[in-house]
Amino acid sequence: MTDEKILLDHGSGGKIAHRLTAELLLPLFDNPILADLHDGAVLELDGGRIAFSTDTFTVTPLFFPGGDIGDLAVNGTVNDVAMCGAKPLFISLALIIEEGFPRADLERILKSVRRAADKAGVIVVTGDTKVVPKGAADGLFINTSGIGLIPPGLNIGSTAAQPGDHVILSGTMADHGMTILTQREGLAFDHAIESDSAALNHMVAGITAASNNVHVLRDPTRGGVGTTLNEIAQSSQAGIVIEEDRLPVRPAVAGVCELLGFDPLYVANEGKLLAFVPADESDAVLAAMRRDPHGQEACRIGRVTGDHPGQVILETRVGGRRIVDMLTGEQLPRIC
Amino acid sequence: MTIKHSEEYREPELARQLVAAIRKTSNKPVQLMEVCGTHTMSIFRHGIRDVLPQTINLLSGPGCPVCVTSQQEIDTFIAYARQEDTIVATFGDLLRVPGTDSSLQKEKAEGRDIRVVYSAFDAVKMAAEQRGQRVVFLGVGFETTAPTIAASILAARDMGLENFHVVSAHKTVPNALEALMASEAVAISGFLLPGHVSVILGLNAYRPFFDRYQVPAVVAGFEPTDILEAIRRLVEQIEKGRPQLANAYPRAVSDTGNAKARAVLDQVFEPVDANWRGIGIIPASGLAIRDSLAQFDALRQVPVEVAEAREPAGCGCGEILTGAKIPPECKLYRKACTPENPVGPCMVSSEGTCAAYYRYHG
Repeated sequence: MTDEKILLDHGSGGKIAHRLTAELLLPLFDNPILADLHDGAVLELDGGRIAFSTDTFTVTPLFFPGGDIGDLAVNGTVNDVAMCGAKPLFISLALIIEEGFPRADLERILKSVRRAADKAGVIVVTGDTKVVPKGAADGLFINTSGIGLIPPGLNIGSTAAQPGDHVILSGTMADHGMTILTQREGLAFDHAIESDSAALNHMVAGITAASNNVHVLRDPTRGGVGTTLNEIAQSSQAGIVIEEDRLPVRPAVAGVCELLGFDPLYVANEGKLLAFVPADESDAVLAAMRRDPHGQEACRIGRVTGDHPGQVILETRVGGRRIVDMLTGEQLPRIC
Repeated sequence: MTIKHSEEYREPELARQLVAAIRKTSNKPVQLMEVCGTHTMSIFRHGIRDVLPQTINLLSGPGCPVCVTSQQEIDTFIAYARQEDTIVATFGDLLRVPGTDSSLQKEKAEGRDIRVVYSAFDAVKMAAEQRGQRVVFLGVGFETTAPTIAASILAARDMGLENFHVVSAHKTVPNALEALMASEAVAISGFLLPGHVSVILGLNAYRPFFDRYQVPAVVAGFEPTDILEAIRRLVEQIEKGRPQLANAYPRAVSDTGNAKARAVLDQVFEPVDANWRGIGIIPASGLAIRDSLAQFDALRQVPVEVAEAREPAGCGCGEILTGAKIPPECKLYRKACTPENPVGPCMVSSEGTCAAYYRYHG
């Protein structure tokens, strides 16, 4: 036993969070399905394969430009299921509500859950409601779990990146994380930015229709694109090279990041995915992504190499190269 | 594809030309120091070391405000967090800096009321809304940050707030340059002077330093081509043997700086000797709150007892901050000291030299 306390960093999705998983969770629950550490678990049942995933949503503020905790809770779980190549079908909805929470807000959030579920084509099939005393929760926490069917012949994992693969990102980075941050802190900027919260299962269906050789799909949520690429590089034992001038960031988001000293590579997204596909199929996949309303700004950002396995390298605009490390803990705004 | 902020200054073609010019001019081996942490980060993020000829060695100086904050000051901050009925308001990058036996982040997990703010004015607002609590703002930073903190103290005065206090641990740059030149530990052939600090101070503020040491010194902006242009000018001065004080960031920096910001600084603070981590006491390189505003000075209004601080054993931050060592030469680097488990502040702050090496250099 130690007297160590859990810090916010343990929930950041970065290295410190990974260490907690490795030290505390994996030894206790070790099994080959969990060991994959993919966004969702792939389960073989009676010859068929289903994807199963769970996620808990805590966000302040509950309502933000581009979405609210309700659609976030649906989209997050739908996306985790979809990243296994599955077609999401059913989700659960569990609410932990703080005593005194406005009923009108709850209703608004539930309606948003419904709208998001309809858009994604999933139905809420089971649920739970708990109310805890004032102070025991921050307004409202939501847990959702999701189940989806994986079409036969599809094998998408986080360990399957191969040298020669192209790395495609479905759109701009850091929109969600910077929106939440600016809202939370009441930072006012000239240009409005909004969360990219969206369900990506329809895009995934388009991608898998265009190519049945997709090696990896991941949604770069907490920890951002930089951290997710590191996870893929490590679990696939492959090297990844990305090009700085291909990385898409909205100017207003880039401006806020620059001001606060945040690197958009490490800021959360809630409606983006990374696809690793063989070079000769990347045009078809890219075209499929761009046909989707959430993928119009999709672009190739890099490639997989046999060199420097486990490492992500960035080629900078001025012709230099540097390492893209995994996020450590939460990014903290700097002192200028 | 999508246009990035400041795209026009990241022109790859211009960068190539600048690199070619530097390579053509540079013959002598030189050690150039960037004094500003934002420069350090930009140099690493853009892989600038990678494109320079081997004759040019870039040293990172004491330009990360969190890093130069002394251990005693960090312990003092923690002592304020442990006070009853006190909210400590701080910039985010101080949270993880280890003090002698704790950090603000650990104190927060223990239940102390520590809040991250983006501006000292957020702390003033907090004090106005919670009159029953004492709000202590941790004032850390250089001439860039200090004016807004000074303005927040004046705002608190105008609002009649009695529960707003600032611990002033600010540092100022020009005298630190003199200390670096006076030090025997490292021979610096030229300085990349900080951009943001110079916006406030103006180029003329470095004139006494330059006149005394006649060392090439160029103010630089933060885009890769800004930095390359400043390096080009430094190399040219050195090769020609004609040191100059020059401004390679004229779109933001003037000769006289921002008079209004300096007036506010002067109204609220007075220069005092300050203890810099790794360097020691530098005369008149800190800012203390003037007697006329003593009611806002946490150190005078709410004195805390702090035992003599111990710097972490084996930590090379001091030598790294003066350019005497690079991070891989510190025996803790990457072993006992990592961003997850930082021993010294240079590994904590996003602008710290060790964190930059660790993240971007391997």
